[in-house]
Amino acid sequence: MDVPLLGKTGVTDPFIDCFELNVNGETRYLQSSPEYFMKRLLASGSGPIYFLGKAFRAEEVSSKHQPEFTILEWYRLDFDNNQLMKEIADLMNMLKISNSYQSIRYADLFKKYIRINPHEARLEDLQKIASTVSDASFFEEDRSVCLDLIFSMCIEPQLPKGLVFIYDYPACQSALAKQKKDHEGNYVAQRFELYLDNLELANGYVELIDFDEHIARFAKDQLIRERLGKKIIPLDYNLLESLKYGLPACAGVAIGIDRLIMKLMDLNDISKVMSFGYTGVDSNND
Amino acid sequence: MSNYSTNEFRSGLKVILDGDPCSILENEFVKPGKGQAFSRVRLRNLKSGRVWDKTFKSGESLEGADVTECDMQYLYNDGDYWHFMEPDTFNQHQADKTVIGDTGLWLREQDIVMVTLYNGSPLLITPANHVELEIIDTDPGLKGDTAQGGTKPATLSTGAIIKVPLFLNIGEVVKVDTRTGQYISRA
Repeated sequence: MDVPLLGKTGVTDPFIDCFELNVNGETRYLQSSPEYFMKRLLASGSGPIYFLGKAFRAEEVSSKHQPEFTILEWYRLDFDNNQLMKEIADLMNMLKISNSYQSIRYADLFKKYIRINPHEARLEDLQKIASTVSDASFFEEDRSVCLDLIFSMCIEPQLPKGLVFIYDYPACQSALAKQKKDHEGNYVAQRFELYLDNLELANGYVELIDFDEHIARFAKDQLIRERLGKKIIPLDYNLLESLKYGLPACAGVAIGIDRLIMKLMDLNDISKVMSFGYTGVDSNND
Repeated sequence: MSNYSTNEFRSGLKVILDGDPCSILENEFVKPGKGQAFSRVRLRNLKSGRVWDKTFKSGESLEGADVTECDMQYLYNDGDYWHFMEPDTFNQHQADKTVIGDTGLWLREQDIVMVTLYNGSPLLITPANHVELEIIDTDPGLKGDTAQGGTKPATLSTGAIIKVPLFLNIGEVVKVDTRTGQYISRA
């Protein structure tokens, strides 16, 4: 399914920024993923759909990040995360990347490497650990930022090689994933990420379908954006209309195709898998 | 000086961290999934020489440090200060003992050195990698002892004491690596 790359609005995610353009005197946003458009199609009865095309993020550039990249995103009706992870693993097997995979709960990684339960730990303790490992002050930061820091500095580099699904993310990192109670009684997001040899390749979830909960999540995003001094993104009323009408029970995932190709070609810089990769101010090839 | 945001951090940028001028050596952008992005930065404190690893949230900024590097001629030492001159403008700068530290052992008058200026004052003196200095004191040379590979201490004209091969004598000029303090060859 093809969907527009230019939308009337962008995502509210506090840590994903869209490029803003002036189109014929009106503000338009280059889409950071096809998610909102695809969800509108799903609500209108499209059935399972996929998108393969470009997405844009106004992020910093690194050996793993490009402002313009190729994304493969798909949705399955009535799937849970186990079914979706299995389908992704089948695709990875077909691509000869790996014929095996492991799945690890987010909480188990923290228990193993940090010796804390990320869902139950006190904020003060998370701030203390984050400050220690970063050699900077994280005492003003919220739960999610502390967990992100600890994860990316202390856990990601130690992940097992090969395909690793990490699932049951903290409730504060739900994005638009449905929540549930895990077997220890903690609320978690039905969200997973796929890593291949420590490189994050995909992010998926059982989609949130409740309308009111969507409003609450968007409002919380806006609050965080405001606190961070970031621009408030107008809510997508077309999406909200569709959600009100009803999103079918489904699970969806997005895979970074350039990163996948990077791994297939055994390269360590994402710009090398692009015909004209963006390499920043010193760039001479774009 | 202006402030620099994490996305402007690159190798060679001079910033102020905890009050000290630092040079950025590396900057790695890290972003977990949909979460907060970070910059893992490696910096060298230009005062202490210490290398720091620090992590910043994306978008945080540091004040730029007014640090410039300039080739200058070393003129003389008056006992308290070492004096340097910019060869083009004849502007003179003086550096005290804390700035000079051990580099004083490799400073020969008239030699060109690199002076790092912080807010206009010398912060760091970097001599050439190789300098040629005269031996002013050492035990007498042993003739014919060129193959044994034994060494002896020798005092150089700048006061530096290095290990030299046994066959060298007072008055001879040797080439020394200033980064390691090791003898390289006869000049």
